[in-house]
Amino acid sequence: MTSRSSHFGFIHPHSHEITPKDVYMQRRDILRGMALGVSGLAGAGWSDRQALAQTAKPGVLPALAGAPSSVAGAVSMDKVTAYKDASSYNNFYEFGYDKADPARYAHTLQTSPWTVEVEGLVKRPGKYTLEDLLKLSPMEERIYRMRCVEGWSMVIPWVGYSLLELIRKVEPTGNAKFVEFVTQADPKTMPGVRSGGLDWPYVEGLRLDEAMHPLTLLSFGMYGEVLPKQNGAPVRLVVPWKYGFKSGKSLVKIRFVEKMPVTAWVKAAAQEYGFYSNVNPNVDHPRWSQATERRIGEEGGLLAKKRKTLMFNGYEAQVGQLYAGMDLKKLF
Amino acid sequence: MLPSTLLATLRAALRSRGAKPVLFLICLGPVAWLLRGIWLDDLGANPAEFLIRSTGDWTLRALCLVLAVTPLRVTLSIPELARLRRMLGLFTGFYACLHLICYVWFDMDWNLPDITADIVKRPFILVGFTGWLLLSVLSATSFNEAIRWMGAKRWQVVHRSVYAVAALALLHFFWMRAGKQNFAEVAVYVAILGSLLGWRLLRTYRARRNELHQR
Repeated sequence: MTSRSSHFGFIHPHSHEITPKDVYMQRRDILRGMALGVSGLAGAGWSDRQALAQTAKPGVLPALAGAPSSVAGAVSMDKVTAYKDASSYNNFYEFGYDKADPARYAHTLQTSPWTVEVEGLVKRPGKYTLEDLLKLSPMEERIYRMRCVEGWSMVIPWVGYSLLELIRKVEPTGNAKFVEFVTQADPKTMPGVRSGGLDWPYVEGLRLDEAMHPLTLLSFGMYGEVLPKQNGAPVRLVVPWKYGFKSGKSLVKIRFVEKMPVTAWVKAAAQEYGFYSNVNPNVDHPRWSQATERRIGEEGGLLAKKRKTLMFNGYEAQVGQLYAGMDLKKLF
Repeated sequence: MLPSTLLATLRAALRSRGAKPVLFLICLGPVAWLLRGIWLDDLGANPAEFLIRSTGDWTLRALCLVLAVTPLRVTLSIPELARLRRMLGLFTGFYACLHLICYVWFDMDWNLPDITADIVKRPFILVGFTGWLLLSVLSATSFNEAIRWMGAKRWQVVHRSVYAVAALALLHFFWMRAGKQNFAEVAVYVAILGSLLGWRLLRTYRARRNELHQR
């Protein structure tokens, strides 16, 4: 008899329960066909996205479904990046500097058991197990653009819920102004932590109102499955209007504090990486331009034109008011 | 020192008519491998970045090879190696050209104002470009006629600037990696090129000292 395992704190289905990929893809085609038929060509783009709302699972990891999100701006219409690219090309310095290193080395990461400690200026501090967090709020699928500070971008369907849900539950006190995110730093399983580089653990931070914005996502999965280790399993943050490094992976602590946290990158190079690090085509990195970006997997391949980078990564309508009156050239 | 039979075979092979064509094909290996990658779409998530970086890597590797010819020729006593030096030098220039083209095409889309702005933003581009310019002068004056035309002495002085190319290439690479403070690979190339240059300095110093003794 085969037994269900519960790696990562998720119940794994028996292999015979998993829909074969062909069948799944077929189903997508059927849905798409229906959508096209019903709405006609005019509405095809939207219907296409609706049919795709639950992104096809790559069939690599245990499933984690999310209902299409109703949060404004949470479902990008851009073409979703291939799973292969999103799971093999990213920065996760704890596993090395090269963007292929995380996929190569992150298999050593221990994700079970996992707890996230909530501490600081909250009424209800405590340790939350991954299982607690998974049950805290219904899972949503959010298709976000992801813009790396290095000048490349992707479109990734994440699964999770607004960090706001957790914040409401732990009730920050009136003094709490910022949230600090501390991520896993285990020299035994993370070669990058052993070899120095940044001042570990990797610390990131948000202003409380940024953290409470509904677009700020506490993510447990992507592409309809649990997060691959190289993408920050078992739980990470996704802040789509900021450069990718603001979204801490493999979170272990969430601290509510009064003073602006000193983040890992501010500590390493304050003149290059600001606390806010909002995507902004008008504020260059001191060493390169931020006006354009290369979309990974863009139609046209090698000869595809770079895209113009959008203010707040295209989320200006949703988050612009958070920064009203601020000089974003100074507070970059 | 190599065993004498092996040395003799090696020297005979290097003297043979096939030696240069074989080296030519070997030197085309990396570019063939990259073209295969483009054809099969097998260069990872960001093929443009991959091509820019790997053509740069191959330029550095070729530079190490061409600068290793003389030390190997002298220490292993294989004078035939000298026959291959020009081709290795030209391939260094070839990979440097590919590297520049990949940057100008895939990263900058041939947009001159953008490239100028990029050079101001990223001085390491200017350093790389200067290295390429120097290397092109060396490639353009690599044929026998040029040696005769310039005079052997002057030609040699000009072609010693390959050390400046090496220094510029290392600075370019160092600067590029400085963003992530990732210097392990840079250190390897500094060690290789440094010891090749060090060997030459030592040889010149010894030759001078001998000269003084003989006087």
